[in-house]
Amino acid sequence: MKKTAFFASAATIMLSGLVAVQAARAECGIEKGTVRILSNDFEALRLVVSEAEKCASATVKVSKNQTSEHKNLQVPALKINPAQYTVAVIANNSIVPLLNEGLLRPLDDLVAKYGQDLQPTQLIKLDGKVMAIAFMGNSQHLFFRKDILEKAGLQQPKSYEDVLAAAKAIKEKGLMQYPLAASNKAGWDLAAEFVNMYLGYGGELFAAGSAAPAINNEKGLATLKTMKAMTEYMNPDYMTYNADEIVKGYAAGKTAIINAWGSLAGGVIDPVKTPAEIADNTVLGAAPTVGGGSIPAAALWWDGFSIAKNISDEDAEASFRAMVHGIRPEVGQKHPALATWLTKGYQPGPNAVGVLATANGGAKPYPMLPYMGLLHSALGSELAEYMQGRESAEEALKDVEASYSAAAKEGGFLK
Amino acid sequence: MPHRAFFAFIMPSLLAMLLFIALPIVSVAVQSLYVEHERVVTEVETCAPFAGCTTETRVDAEATEKLRDAEPLGRFNGFGTYLDRNHLATAEMNAILTDNAGFADVASRIYNLPFYRALAFTLTYTFVVTPLAMLLGFCIALGVNAIPPFYKGPVIFFSLLPMIVTPLVGALIIYWMSSPQGILGATLQSLLNDSTLSLKSSAVLTWVTLLVYGVWHNAPFSFVVFYAGLQTVPHDTLESAMIDGANRWERIRFVVIPHLMPLATFVALVQLMDNFRVFEPIVGFSAEANATSLSWSIFNDLRGQVDQLFGSAAATSMLTIVGVVILLSPVLVRTWREFNRR
Repeated sequence: MKKTAFFASAATIMLSGLVAVQAARAECGIEKGTVRILSNDFEALRLVVSEAEKCASATVKVSKNQTSEHKNLQVPALKINPAQYTVAVIANNSIVPLLNEGLLRPLDDLVAKYGQDLQPTQLIKLDGKVMAIAFMGNSQHLFFRKDILEKAGLQQPKSYEDVLAAAKAIKEKGLMQYPLAASNKAGWDLAAEFVNMYLGYGGELFAAGSAAPAINNEKGLATLKTMKAMTEYMNPDYMTYNADEIVKGYAAGKTAIINAWGSLAGGVIDPVKTPAEIADNTVLGAAPTVGGGSIPAAALWWDGFSIAKNISDEDAEASFRAMVHGIRPEVGQKHPALATWLTKGYQPGPNAVGVLATANGGAKPYPMLPYMGLLHSALGSELAEYMQGRESAEEALKDVEASYSAAAKEGGFLK
Repeated sequence: MPHRAFFAFIMPSLLAMLLFIALPIVSVAVQSLYVEHERVVTEVETCAPFAGCTTETRVDAEATEKLRDAEPLGRFNGFGTYLDRNHLATAEMNAILTDNAGFADVASRIYNLPFYRALAFTLTYTFVVTPLAMLLGFCIALGVNAIPPFYKGPVIFFSLLPMIVTPLVGALIIYWMSSPQGILGATLQSLLNDSTLSLKSSAVLTWVTLLVYGVWHNAPFSFVVFYAGLQTVPHDTLESAMIDGANRWERIRFVVIPHLMPLATFVALVQLMDNFRVFEPIVGFSAEANATSLSWSIFNDLRGQVDQLFGSAAATSMLTIVGVVILLSPVLVRTWREFNRR
């Protein structure tokens, strides 16, 4: 009797397993092909890729490489024929080298066939052709401690001028020694801070329609001045903190106001991952405006996916359908705390408040220009001396332009 | 040994060196003379989330590809990359040297150029760390040589630890220890009674930290070699020196050191080359803002951002090789002379 019951339950389990496999196949609807995904490595992307992996079946192979080194792999890996990866998960900046080399496939026909669930805003179109599908948004925005600000008798800071005033009050009242932090680590982070602030001042990074830099102006100087003014209220090690570390410092109760990535907000406001007195007192808000400007001083980012050009049509179709399955509306609906999804029917959770407020405030997107990466690089290495008070702002901007120009000449963008 | 037997022995490694060292260097040298083709750019309408549709510049990948197919290496640029602002910066150097306000001005303006900034730290690191690490290694070797055999094993193991630990990991550990919350940083703060003191905050302190790390990391290599050398010091000579009334210091000065001199040359050579390529501590200590090296510049060109500047990285690599050759030339010249004398 017991034996039969055992066999019956075993059979049920196997059957249900079979049904699940069948269901997955039915859900993705892919007949055959291989899907090879290259992506960055953070929680929301892990979820999307693992959802896409569910399309794997006897005839559909799905493999992945999730690494923060993806930017360095993508161009050579997609250049060979057939490409090593069929899907590249990219963002505003990392799609550029792939576009520059022409390694991505237009997706219009696939979108028409399988993209019923995609929102029009998710389509990234170049010259009328869909080249990528975005599925989440991100930006740096304000995180601040309500309790500390209340103790100092202050409201939510709306502008960087407010932030500086708040920092001064907090320091003078002895509530915190170093109330501010920013991701000023020389390199990528420092450059991102500059771009945020400069866009907030309404600056243009390049001369219209050319690759010539245009940051050595009043707005550039004002940007540097504000960035420097903030460092007065920061730990003297401020040049060594990247975006992850300022969030750790904040979660440890060392700072009161930071401008950090929206993708990290979920962990900070979660009392399980962050001490409750900090998590519960954290308020997320739009990135502050600056210098009397009306838009938040932060660049908007999106994460999305593209399909490689140098692969068979069959693999392209399988890859597209697997990824569309990975970002289907239910994924965003079931996991609202992981990211600010751009997909259909997403109800923003408390973690998305900052990114949405920043986007609704009219913040500018991070530029997708072919030579933006080179300027970002030059900013990251040439602003460090100014930030430590070893050279003037004018000189720093002149250095950035000179360093960028040399690189852009080598890259074939400037004569 | 007859020449044929010698070549038969050396051939496999010679071949491997040719394939894996010489040829890549040649290819890097060739690469450094070329830059990317001029990109063919067009204005196209771009639509993306948040931005709506705007007209933006894009690279015409097909047209650029055609140029590239015609000349796969890129555009010939001669020594242009070597001379541009991000490398030797000849134009900028000219301007600085012809129009300046004294030595301090020249120094600070030259230091403002990325290549010379990297070179300054690289040379400082090489010439401070090499002798100090050798001295420290020699002292450890003498110390270990004098302790009872029973303790030798554990002491040798602990002395070798800095070399066993992966450089990047070692750098990270010291970095954390020297942060104001770490044991070294906190101790320094309380010893000097300065709660704002941070080893990471100023250029001078960052350099000092990196140099100390360098000595710590490199001392074990000198120690191992010198310790092995100490075992070969002839006892007869030492004993006769003792009979002559030489104290311990005099025995070291007049017997041990002369005996170890050839070894010291070898260690110096290896360490000079190694230290000239300093890289890991800069990454480990997040010291990019205050200290960069030639190797770090190469890394930054290739891995810094989304774009890869192969020509620029190749040029810096070639300049690094030239630097190593210049560093080693005194020793090489001496070896060559000695060889000819024989």
